[in-house]
Amino acid sequence: MARVLINLPTRAKRGEVIEIKTLIAHPMETGYRLGPTGAVIPRDIINRFTCTYNGQEVFRADLFPAVAANPFIAFFAVATESGELAFSWTDDHGETQTEVRQITVE
Amino acid sequence: MKGLALAAMTVVAAASAAEIAPTDRRSGYDFAGPETRAMQDDDTANPGMLWVAQGESLWATKAGAVARSCADCHDNAQTSMKGVAARYPAFDPALGRPVDLEQRINRCHAEHQQAEPWAWEGPELLALTAFVAHQSRGQPIATETGGAQRPFLEQGSQLFHRREGQLNLSCSQCHDDNWGKRLAGAVIPQGHPTGYPIYRLEWQSLGSLQRRLRNCVIGTRAEPYDYGAPEAVTLELYLMARARGMSLETPAVRP
Amino acid sequence: MTTTGPSRAHSTPTLPLTRVPPSPACAGGAGWGPTRRLVLMSAAGFGLAPFARPAAATPATMEKAIRDLVGEATVIPGKVKLELPPIVENGNTVSLSVSVDSPMSEAEHVASIHLFNEKNPQPYIAAFHLGPSAGKAAASTRIRLADSQRVVAIARLSDGSFWSDTVDVIVTLAACAEG
Repeated sequence: MARVLINLPTRAKRGEVIEIKTLIAHPMETGYRLGPTGAVIPRDIINRFTCTYNGQEVFRADLFPAVAANPFIAFFAVATESGELAFSWTDDHGETQTEVRQITVE
Repeated sequence: MKGLALAAMTVVAAASAAEIAPTDRRSGYDFAGPETRAMQDDDTANPGMLWVAQGESLWATKAGAVARSCADCHDNAQTSMKGVAARYPAFDPALGRPVDLEQRINRCHAEHQQAEPWAWEGPELLALTAFVAHQSRGQPIATETGGAQRPFLEQGSQLFHRREGQLNLSCSQCHDDNWGKRLAGAVIPQGHPTGYPIYRLEWQSLGSLQRRLRNCVIGTRAEPYDYGAPEAVTLELYLMARARGMSLETPAVRP
Repeated sequence: MTTTGPSRAHSTPTLPLTRVPPSPACAGGAGWGPTRRLVLMSAAGFGLAPFARPAAATPATMEKAIRDLVGEATVIPGKVKLELPPIVENGNTVSLSVSVDSPMSEAEHVASIHLFNEKNPQPYIAAFHLGPSAGKAAASTRIRLADSQRVVAIARLSDGSFWSDTVDVIVTLAACAEG
């Protein structure tokens, strides 16, 4: 489980546009680097990030090796109702890590 | 190993003519571009905080043959570790020489937790060092330079002012005499260890002061110190003494 | 969590004969100028270059990637604001922000924003997929740039039109090589 930092308000007004910032620890190995023996270090990146709000997707990012290590992604979402935001990162092996945060909307 | 003839050539750190005046001292933060500074200023966007978070988790984790966590002895790090990093490298009476924060943590881990020492620049040691040093963020650097530390400080000063390597450069020539000017497109900072361990953009990872010093030394085509070598620690000691009074910024972000 | 750490310390000198792994910036290592320009030229009969990398993307590769996205449609410069530092301290981590002027309503919104470059090994950087629930068509991330080059952001709107912004970035390198 990679270390994750997620920043979003815990409370918001209905209709308010909130900013969400996410950071995850991952080397984002490009597949273009050579190791100490001269062999290519295989590509190993997070290639997809999604954010769902009460089950509905509000943001999705397709990532390529040009995204820097420890990917930082910031985006916006409209606060509609109280509930759960789920953040998922999927890597080249098809493994997904999901983190969940609650939000109260008044 | 580098032998050192201290006798006739000792440069006393405090009286060095080339040393930067206290009012002119600037952290590497001031030489970094606005985007890099913005990355450091925002705790939710500073990649170094990923390691601090990891360190916080390790602090509470029971480890070693005695299944003891750092918290079991040191309690809440926010109180017990405040100001600690600002005093390192500190003299270790048992070893008879200074040790830096990484060594101190690893010695605790080996002796008091009775666990295998962690690898230099490994994720655990970096994370815990970042977490402990982060508790001193905002504190002025106040490393002890007198008493038993004195001869080691002078050795560190020697290393800082000595020309070495294929390029025959000393640290002082760039970082005392030419700071603020450019070297291959990058601004030369003054070389104060105000934010270690740092998230260095070049590494795309968090790293220690010793790693950074190895980079510098290799960059001048000289032989780098092994991790944990006593010379490396005396150099760290001199650098911290040279930066006395400046605020700690751990985890800093640097290019 | 993994970190890209350096090679272990050796008791014998490791410089400069032992080439340390180049920085993860896409096309080369910091501080070793000529190697950044080496490309794999086997097709042209040059034999394998010591660094087994595909030919770097070129402006033509980027144009093709953009064509693949937009098809026959015209890309109109405007509405999109791509923000990158004009001079980059280190190509390994470059802050990027992109925003599109749009009401983000059901009727009129940004469906996706695509980022391209012209000199990394391949032209794609990232694609952001949005909708009215985003509220604001804006996103930020950090990218890798192998060299000074143009970065292009293309937004696809809900009405099927494409808008763009282009930024020319100068990438400087770290002064001292990794070891």
